[in-house]
Amino acid sequence: MAEIDRDKLRDIYTRTMKVNRTDEKFRSLLMGGKVAVMYYCVRGQELVSAAMMAALEDDDYVVCTYRGQGEQTAKGIPAEKWWAECLGRATGTCKGKGGTMHITHPEKGIMVTTGVVGSGLPIANGLAMASQNNGDGRVTVVSFGDGASNIGGFHEAMNMAQLYKLPVIFLCQNNRYGEHTAYADHTDTRSISDRAVGYGMKGVTVDGNDVHAMYGAAKDAVERARAGEGPTLIEAMCYRMMGHFFGADFSYMPPEHIAEMQAEDPLPKLRKVMLEHQFTEEELDRIVAEIDAEIDAAVESALAAPLPDPAELKLDVFEEEMA
Amino acid sequence: MGMITMTQALNHAIDQAMAEDAGVFCLGEDVAAKQGGGVFKITSGLTEKYGENRIRATPISETAIIGAAIGAALAGQRPIAEIMLMNFVGVCMDQIVNHAAKLRFMSGGQTSVPMVIRTTTGVGVGFGGQHSDMLEAWFAHVAGIKVVTPSNAADAKGLMRASIDCNDPVIFIENILCYGLKSEDPGPGYRVPLGKAAIAREGSDVSLITYGRTVLDALAVAEELSKEGISVEVVDLRTIAPYDEATVLASVRKTGRAITLHEAVRPFGTGAEFAANIQEKCWDQLKGPVLRIGGTFSAVPFATVLEQAWIPTKPQIVEAIKASVGRA
Repeated sequence: MAEIDRDKLRDIYTRTMKVNRTDEKFRSLLMGGKVAVMYYCVRGQELVSAAMMAALEDDDYVVCTYRGQGEQTAKGIPAEKWWAECLGRATGTCKGKGGTMHITHPEKGIMVTTGVVGSGLPIANGLAMASQNNGDGRVTVVSFGDGASNIGGFHEAMNMAQLYKLPVIFLCQNNRYGEHTAYADHTDTRSISDRAVGYGMKGVTVDGNDVHAMYGAAKDAVERARAGEGPTLIEAMCYRMMGHFFGADFSYMPPEHIAEMQAEDPLPKLRKVMLEHQFTEEELDRIVAEIDAEIDAAVESALAAPLPDPAELKLDVFEEEMA
Repeated sequence: MGMITMTQALNHAIDQAMAEDAGVFCLGEDVAAKQGGGVFKITSGLTEKYGENRIRATPISETAIIGAAIGAALAGQRPIAEIMLMNFVGVCMDQIVNHAAKLRFMSGGQTSVPMVIRTTTGVGVGFGGQHSDMLEAWFAHVAGIKVVTPSNAADAKGLMRASIDCNDPVIFIENILCYGLKSEDPGPGYRVPLGKAAIAREGSDVSLITYGRTVLDALAVAEELSKEGISVEVVDLRTIAPYDEATVLASVRKTGRAITLHEAVRPFGTGAEFAANIQEKCWDQLKGPVLRIGGTFSAVPFATVLEQAWIPTKPQIVEAIKASVGRA
């Protein structure tokens, strides 16, 4: 297992905690009745997106799903704009027209957030195709869950990406559930990464709760893509600790299994690695405190921000204003 | 400049756009030289000029084709994706309707999808139920997509160039039976603005509002009826969505009568939308109800005799015009 230098470890830790603290804040706002919007909780999957985003450059492209908070915040969307969009404000990334399921922020490479399971893969191919045509060296990452591996678009996109050797990374966050259906009830292949073999593609399954395994796989895939060696399918094993969307019943998830998976929680594991690398408790706590302060200020500013003007309905349908 | 067919017109428009802008590229099944330059030869000769990266032959994967075009467009390129036959759009509707059409709006205008989806269809060549439908109403019903169809070679050239220029997704429908139509070549760089209808023939008694191949029938019928003293104005929409409402309403206000005509099946067709809008906005000027002519509400049949009975016929158009002007 490749070593990760201290700067990169601090970077990954910061991104991971940004994802986690954003998630905690969102859940507390929902539970406190302060906001009432759809939110797809990422508790348990923080490290996967943080380590993947830490392996990218600022101008690399990302396509994610409605459960994309991890990619979005870890890639660097400013908290104020992200929260404003989630709360439907005019100052949000998408002027309040996208919402939690459709966050876009090209400045940080977040090109599409789709609400349709599996639909991001074919689009990621196109972003990668543009990079291949332009020779600009950019890499595209598309994130999706295990459930997405059964739609037709997944298979069409895998075949096309390998055929053209596109600089794209298919990041499957295998959180063990496709909506309310457990992995074993929707798929009978041993692993999602096995499917890469069927397309002649490199596929790896990694422990998405282990920073070395996860970052190593991400870095390796990015290097292959940049070198023109084509796509990689990374299956990151993780666990969606709560239901499909926050507030939904998840009694279908066996409590003993949740308890078992909580023992694999990526956060204490990451903290342990940090301490082993001579980061102090104080330094780690200070990073979290800074993140919390930033999030609190962002939420406050979003709540005070103006609502969208109804005249916006005529704008952005087409380039020209609608009559 | 000489005469060109619609096939040549489309080929020239794409060729010229590719020569001028390195971001324009084509992708689709069988489009490259190795596969014959496209089933209908629209991309013939372009691989030799621009290489296989810019004329990309794809697997039979409509969802992946449209998705790739969307992604490339988001990254600032101008892809021209071919869906070989219009019925196959059913395979990739999610990409077109949920993504291409909505990404500009849902991103608050941060991203746009400047792509053209070229597709072909048409009744009258014996292709049967799954290769012949005009499905323009499916797309006209979704905000964010432009729908274009030419009725002659010169318009095809100008509309294709304007569609490639357009910063929004365009569905470009080519009728198989129009590929051989010839026009005077309007020359390089010719553009027909999207959203502008043409008065294909001026008249004073009734407005016949149509687009695509049925414009030919409309013009033939108008010529025939002129001998009986009935003056028919033919409006060729050229862009179906968003359509040129001002030209349509001005024509109807002039003639006082309107008939909509399309090859697609009549129920829930675009003609219903045009008719309803005309009734709302020209009620005082109308001398009678707005009539609608469209295809039969069944799958397109195979046998020639059935297919010819399915499609709106010239006698049907004549009958509707006579009913409208009170000469039935």
